Amino acid sequence: MPTVSVKRDLLFEALGQKYTDEEFDELCFEFGLELDEITSEKEILIREQGDEKAEGASDVVLYKIDVPANRYDLLCLEGLVRGLQVFKEKLEAPRYKRVSPADGGEPQRLVITEETASVRPHAVAAVLRNITFTQERYESFIELQEKLHQNICRKRTLVAIGTHDLDTISGPFTYTAKPPGEIRFKPLNQSKEYTATELMSLYKTDSHLRHYLHIIENEPLYPIIYDSNGIVLSMPPIINGDHSKISLNTKNIFIECTATDLTKAKTTLDMVVTMFSEYCEEPFTVEGAEVVYPDGRLCVYPELAYRTETLSGDFINKRVGINESAESIAQLLTRMCLRSEVSGEGDLIQVEIPPTRADVIHACDIMEDAAIAYGFNNIVRSTPRTYTIANQLPLNKLTELLRQDLAAAGFTEALTFALCSEEDIADKLRKNIAETRAVHISNPKTTEFQVARTCLLPGLLKTLAANRKMPLPLKLFEISDVVLKDETKDVGARNNRRLCAVYYNKSPGFEVIHGLLDRVMQLLDVKPGRNQGYHIQAAEDSTFFPGRCAEIFSCGKSIGHLGVLHPDVISRFELTMPCSAIDIDIEPFL
Amino acid sequence: MIFPVIVAQGDSSMADNGLLESVLRLVEKVDGGTDSQDVAADLGVDHQVIVGAVKSLQALGEVISAEQKSSRHWELTGEGREIAEQGSHEARVFNAIPDEGLPQNQLMKMPSGKVGFSKAMSNKWIRLDKAHEGGPRVFKTVEAIEDTVRDKLQLVQKGQSAKLEDKEKNELKKRKLLSEVTVKSYWITKGSSFSTTITKQETELTPEMIASGSWKEKKFKPYNFEAMGVAPDCGHLHPLMKVRTQFRQIFLEMGFTEMPTNNFIESSFWNFDSLFQPQQHPARDQHDTFFISDPALAHEFPQDYLERVKKVHSEGGYGSQGARMLYKLAQQKFTPVKYFSIDRVFRNETLDATHLAEFHQIEGVVADYGLTLGNLMGILHQFFTKLGITKLRFKPAYNPYTEPSMEVFSYHEGLKKWVEVGNSGVFRPEMLLPMGLPEGVSVIAWGLSLERPTMIKYGINNIRELVGHKVNLQMVYDSPICRLDS
Repeated sequence: MPTVSVKRDLLFEALGQKYTDEEFDELCFEFGLELDEITSEKEILIREQGDEKAEGASDVVLYKIDVPANRYDLLCLEGLVRGLQVFKEKLEAPRYKRVSPADGGEPQRLVITEETASVRPHAVAAVLRNITFTQERYESFIELQEKLHQNICRKRTLVAIGTHDLDTISGPFTYTAKPPGEIRFKPLNQSKEYTATELMSLYKTDSHLRHYLHIIENEPLYPIIYDSNGIVLSMPPIINGDHSKISLNTKNIFIECTATDLTKAKTTLDMVVTMFSEYCEEPFTVEGAEVVYPDGRLCVYPELAYRTETLSGDFINKRVGINESAESIAQLLTRMCLRSEVSGEGDLIQVEIPPTRADVIHACDIMEDAAIAYGFNNIVRSTPRTYTIANQLPLNKLTELLRQDLAAAGFTEALTFALCSEEDIADKLRKNIAETRAVHISNPKTTEFQVARTCLLPGLLKTLAANRKMPLPLKLFEISDVVLKDETKDVGARNNRRLCAVYYNKSPGFEVIHGLLDRVMQLLDVKPGRNQGYHIQAAEDSTFFPGRCAEIFSCGKSIGHLGVLHPDVISRFELTMPCSAIDIDIEPFL
Repeated sequence: MIFPVIVAQGDSSMADNGLLESVLRLVEKVDGGTDSQDVAADLGVDHQVIVGAVKSLQALGEVISAEQKSSRHWELTGEGREIAEQGSHEARVFNAIPDEGLPQNQLMKMPSGKVGFSKAMSNKWIRLDKAHEGGPRVFKTVEAIEDTVRDKLQLVQKGQSAKLEDKEKNELKKRKLLSEVTVKSYWITKGSSFSTTITKQETELTPEMIASGSWKEKKFKPYNFEAMGVAPDCGHLHPLMKVRTQFRQIFLEMGFTEMPTNNFIESSFWNFDSLFQPQQHPARDQHDTFFISDPALAHEFPQDYLERVKKVHSEGGYGSQGARMLYKLAQQKFTPVKYFSIDRVFRNETLDATHLAEFHQIEGVVADYGLTLGNLMGILHQFFTKLGITKLRFKPAYNPYTEPSMEVFSYHEGLKKWVEVGNSGVFRPEMLLPMGLPEGVSVIAWGLSLERPTMIKYGINNIRELVGHKVNLQMVYDSPICRLDS
């Protein structure tokens, strides 16, 4: 969930009202935001870098507000204020308009060459005319781009935004791709020119930019945008040129978004221009720019598309569980920046989805907005009349019943991880990993999560090791799932419910574990005996001490093993006492 | 086996019934009681022996009552006793000097030499002639002396320390000849069943006593009801599993059927695609999901339902466990259902005090015609009431697979604030319709982790002390039964 940091006083000034922290928190809650933290730059610095570094830092109060991941229109102060003001009915949602150049001149043009196809084929562009920046607006503008980059742009992989002082460059602009050795320019905030190859190694150590290098690093051609004089605007998605950088005094901004996903690029561009066109001489207007594709197609951006959905008041009422008139629902939706009116035909409502609300894709999204404006907590809570008879999953029912009786038999329940290291299920048990039928994880963060466990024993032995200080004997059990490869299953693996128990004491206590098997079989109503009953039979298993292991058969089928653990197994789990163990599959008893 | 009775303390001296009876006879003679120190003096035995006798008598029941008291008195130190016997060091020095004097070096060799010499000098009892031929020599300066130090100490020894002034006692204390000690003694009076003869007390009732009826004549040692009992020899259920049992119970009480979720390995198709998880959603990143390298391929998908299946599998995820069940439901004539599951889910996350790579997710799903958001809130209200949580409110939220989505908050009386207790929503039609569920059927669902309520219930701050092999077994042994609503 993205977090937007805004200065409290600035926010209240823009909202035209002061709130206490509690009141503002309440407003956020109602609107679906979360006032996550109240802090200041100074506090943050103290926390992250210590008192010294924080000296002289600003102690202006900051609100950190969590914004839902699909609401890109709330990622800056301007958007938040607009959303809340419309919600509180203090403001009407503005209407964003694309306009032609005021002087009747040609619109700006960005020409895409076919070389971009292999690396980053899409681009869109727009112009903000006669904008007035203040320090705060400027910072917010930069911050919004960063937030968009992190969220909708998926860390610049899908979309990268470049903003330029239009008065320092001259169109038409060319978006092309070139071998890195042939690209040479002075990048943002650097004092000299570099080739793209040099830049990639320069930014290897840059704490911010190094995260984006991988996007194009191994491409033969790098994306690059030039103006008509060969000046580099940007090398997306890495860095802009220094020449066209914007400042507090910039009046006219050329915005380009290059992308691997055109829809996301259009949305991103719409967000940037709708959020900041407020500060243009003619507020909420955006000057269109032409984009020419390699095949000659010409499109004008930003799209700023409004679309209308028609739905009935009845639909909203029935889905939300309220009983409002169509007029009242239209009013609720309007408060969510979805300008709505009753069409006059029955209870049909026409809802206009503005370009800022890319998250609205289905009638259910509109329904949710009506519910939010109505107030989730004003909706009458009612129990559904759905009549059903409950059933337990037989396997879980058996597990629950057995657990109770194993505890009654004096064993204590352990709860261990389903993921573990290869070593846990193989080397430490004196087994070969290839023979374990283990499912392997391709991207574990640590060796603790290399495989799904194929038996419960390692978890129990590790639990013993962590509790060596407890009085002996230690008697533990676990009934849980292991995972085994199984080609007959659609995912190539299946869970297997197993029962495992260990007895750890100064003497091995095979008879104790054997007694537990007898008790479990008694509970499962299986009598001792060769054919229809259960019996054990000497077996060799590398995990167990030679001559001290038996295989368990029930109704002629092998269901597991019991025995005294091999001394090497005991030492490898950092244990010092003899230990006996039982491990059986309980699924045959369903 | 240790029984909760006092047996150890009195037994050794108990054998000496003669002493006990002597004590009882003394107590009988005095009205209003006597001090154990006086008893010791009267019987001519060490006070500690009497203290032992008092304890033995107490163990016999109400024979005597003894109240402990403490008194302070002065006592000679080892050196003090020596002086009371042999005289002070200075007196011993004085007495050792003949009229013709004594060479200083010879005098210094005496056991009391050094201390006695300087004290006698400052008392002006003796003088030193440094110029004497044959070396420095010591002479008496007075005819006779009075050894007051010895006299004072002898007074204390006779128990007459009261005759000395405090100043004098403190001076002797400073010379380490006297010390003030606290004596713990008993004030002994007759008990309600006082008698001067001792009857042996029995520890326990025996089968023989019952058979012979001899129990009627016997006295039994009292139990110590302050002691703890013997812990029963038993096994214990894990607290998280106890809470799981309760949640299962709640769902069953509410008519929810348990879903089979015992497939930890799930394909990306069921885990993401079927849940309308966007292709580029961050949850699909390598950072959040465990992907499987072996076996790497899933197969046998319902071909008519599926168009896009990724070649990787994933294990668990944030999503809903319910996708497979809903699909199954849609393949037959629709009947309303209520499903639940409580099982492990996995995420490829950095671990900390509250996050593990695997945790238990609790999930409830209801599918029926015409379910409303109000219904979802209503059923959540009932569910949480069964957990003992009655104050709920809902915050609009975002999940890719539900719309509307609501975070569930409950008022925490301890923290005095609203805390998030779960997530919920109405499944998106984009997810339900491709499965083949009839239009008009809504599916409402909610989820929460099992670990969080358990940590709150059992006051555990670090999740690793609850889940996994690092669990503290003592905590498991000691954890109470789980009643979520109390």
